[in-house]
Amino acid sequence: MRTWICLAATLLAGAAQAANTEVDFKTALAAAVAAEQDAVALKNQWIPTEQALAAAKKAAAAGDFDAAVAQAKQAEALAQASIAQAKEQQTAWRAGVIR
Amino acid sequence: MKIVRAITSVAVTIVIAAFVVAGARPAAAADSIDPDADFKAFRDYFTKRFPNVPLNDFVNGPYSMDAELRKQWEAIDDFPPYDFAIDRGKQMFATPFKNGKSYGDCFADKGIGIRQNYPYFDLQSGEVITLELVLNRCRETNGEEPYSYVKDEMASLTAYMAFTSRGKPFDIKIPNDPRALKAYQKGEEYFYTRRGQLNFSCASCHVQNPGNHIRTEVLAPALGIVAAMPIYRSEWNGMGTMSRRLVTCNSQVRGVPLKPQDELYRDVEYYLSYMSNGLPVSGPGTRP
Repeated sequence: MRTWICLAATLLAGAAQAANTEVDFKTALAAAVAAEQDAVALKNQWIPTEQALAAAKKAAAAGDFDAAVAQAKQAEALAQASIAQAKEQQTAWRAGVIR
Repeated sequence: MKIVRAITSVAVTIVIAAFVVAGARPAAAADSIDPDADFKAFRDYFTKRFPNVPLNDFVNGPYSMDAELRKQWEAIDDFPPYDFAIDRGKQMFATPFKNGKSYGDCFADKGIGIRQNYPYFDLQSGEVITLELVLNRCRETNGEEPYSYVKDEMASLTAYMAFTSRGKPFDIKIPNDPRALKAYQKGEEYFYTRRGQLNFSCASCHVQNPGNHIRTEVLAPALGIVAAMPIYRSEWNGMGTMSRRLVTCNSQVRGVPLKPQDELYRDVEYYLSYMSNGLPVSGPGTRP
């Protein structure tokens, strides 16, 4: 029984570390691009987001889907941060105004 | 690992934002638009913070804040690096378009000594009109290709026009029209809004930290900051317009800049120029 459990655990761990595929990249890229479009609508894109998106596409073109997925996820995280910043600043800007 | 770095980056940004907002000056109920009150508060803030700086000297930006830098500027100004731009602009201004008309035909007083009236709010089109915008519209109306808004020919033309207005006080008007007030407020909002990965607003440098250093640069006060435009900037190794200054400011805080002469850029120029009312045109200028 213990042997079977160990074998199953090993297989699961291996699956978790399996290389990312082009499908994984396309999914991650779509999420990042969608978030960046929201940032565009708010006129608050960040340069590092654009850089991460470009790096993701470059890695994918080279067939390195692990790097491509990682860059796409980073781009999405950065885009989400820029969206959060823009929404927060829609009212917070007033706090800095000289009165 | 990169995801962790991204999350860390986001977290740091949020923490900085929360820290800075918490430390910011408390605002009064500020939904109403009152340019006159803003103007008075803006001027009081800078004159009280820098009581030894004569009012008209604020137009000299970092040189009004730092004595050593001022000495260097005065030495440089014996042979100003923007002189060639004035000469070129003068020549361009006097050269007719292919249809025989010229830049002077697009302006009051043939375009001489009018810099201090720009930007203005155009009641007909309902938008802020900057000097750069009207120069390119003038070209297009007369069958010429528009210039880049950020440097080269545009910087030369505006350098010459600013030079013919040197010493004249800024006289920016906000018509009693809700669209004009809205444009003014949008400019104010843009000026105070934090953006980019570094989470800086224009005010972070030019209201909260004038006179302080960012690396080797001495930050200019927002009061009078438009008066020296266009500028020869050593960092650029050449001339640049107000558009170029706004674009590079955005890039420096790791934000994607808007297009030159985007409506928001024109609005922020309108706001800052109104805040400069009464101060003399000093452009073209020189900056490190």
